[in-house]
Amino acid sequence: MSRLDKQAIVARPGYSRWLIPPAALAVHLSIGQVYAFSVFKNSLVASFDTSLTAIGWVFSLAIVMLGLSAAVLGTWVERSGPRKAMLAAALCWGVGFMVGSAGIASGQLWLLYLGYGVIGGIGLGIGYISPVSTLIKWFPDRPGLATGMAIMGFGGGALIASPLSNKLMSLYDADFVPTEPGAVASASSLAQTFLTLGVVYTVFMLIGATLIRVPPGHGDDSTAEHSPGSNGALVRASQAIRTPQFWFLWVVLFCNVTAGIGILEQAAPMIQDFFREGGESSVSAAAAGGFVGVLSLANMLGRFVWSSLSDRIGRKPTYVMYLGVGLVLYLLLALFGSSSTVVFVALAVVIISYYGGGFATVPAYLKDLFGTLEVGAIHGRLLTAWAAAGVAGPLIVNGILDSVGEPGNLVAADYRPALLTMVGVLAIGFLANLMIRPVAETHFDHDAHAANEDRITARQEATR
Amino acid sequence: MSDDTTPTSPVQIALAWLLVGIPLAYGLWQTLVKASALFTG
Repeated sequence: MSRLDKQAIVARPGYSRWLIPPAALAVHLSIGQVYAFSVFKNSLVASFDTSLTAIGWVFSLAIVMLGLSAAVLGTWVERSGPRKAMLAAALCWGVGFMVGSAGIASGQLWLLYLGYGVIGGIGLGIGYISPVSTLIKWFPDRPGLATGMAIMGFGGGALIASPLSNKLMSLYDADFVPTEPGAVASASSLAQTFLTLGVVYTVFMLIGATLIRVPPGHGDDSTAEHSPGSNGALVRASQAIRTPQFWFLWVVLFCNVTAGIGILEQAAPMIQDFFREGGESSVSAAAAGGFVGVLSLANMLGRFVWSSLSDRIGRKPTYVMYLGVGLVLYLLLALFGSSSTVVFVALAVVIISYYGGGFATVPAYLKDLFGTLEVGAIHGRLLTAWAAAGVAGPLIVNGILDSVGEPGNLVAADYRPALLTMVGVLAIGFLANLMIRPVAETHFDHDAHAANEDRITARQEATR
Repeated sequence: MSDDTTPTSPVQIALAWLLVGIPLAYGLWQTLVKASALFTG
């Protein structure tokens, strides 16, 4: 048995469960950097003398690899335990930056694709799911709160990485002033920034791996006491993907993410276009940048607040809110968003908080449906919905906007078809959520279920 | 055996939260400064 195995990281009696969220946050704050990738875009375009699309592929590749690796490696993560998974994630994420740094320094774009996109993307997928099932096991009474704290970190990671990266690029390139429009950092400063981030994130994630423990009794899955789903369900990942509940939830996540990305991707130009009259927008570029910041905060806080609320009101009603109220808010944005900036910002803030909340609440929803037996692996498979929505959301919005006008000349009415399409997308998600019922007994792992019942009975008799 | 059941020190818990709380607070502050441009820009 190695020190990385699950059996080796069983918490001693008295180990505080409040050390587990910081361990998870150390990982999620690091990998959340991916949403700040755009801070490098202009400099990378200049450094490789290539198109924005070619650089955009680095980010897209990382997100697709996130979804694929979470789906393929979810069962391995579940069986190996959180420490081994966090170590693997730290190495992939750190090495990804370092290979990317070598690519920038040598002018080889394919190395950036391989490093940040593929290797780093695998680190994202493993890292994202690595603490989730452990948190649910430590907080069976408040799974929404626990996963909300960690997944909030993914949103927070971008808030840290964006100013930190600008500071590092300015440090390594004295001529680079990030606040100047069109400023680009030199290739050598970019390479050094990537290298520095790779080292810092590896160390930070390894601290998380050191802190993490599984609860007493969870060193061996075959003898652990699992929390069943709401109707006593304990379902394995391979069986979960054969249930309608899994696919309804896949549609729910896909629709919620697609709709949110539609706004997030366009946030800065969108607020300027909504308040454009006679070719001039009343919203300055600086204010539009501020709007992006406000949305980032809403995205992060929504993950914690709404996911925690779901412990009180239930998972299904929470998604009724995300998708049902969200649908109405999108409609109001389409029809009345241009009436005032206060109305526009208020509607967008709530919509994006629901987008973040959708990510954070889904592990607890899975726990309610399938139990904790392999909830991490099931979560990994569900994240393919995120990867698919990451492609579909921007495609829908950009496709519709391209058909009505040119960037810089759009007005509020031009956004209406795109926003009304998102209303339809949310309606589909809303119906899918209503279709979710408890999982049928035929899908339960009956052996695990019976053994679990015996363990619960034995524990209750021992404590009587 | 008594050592095995000693509760985790509150100092250790506080340090762990500070480790993640400080960078998060930095990110939040920087974002708030940026976001303020929405109301002043």
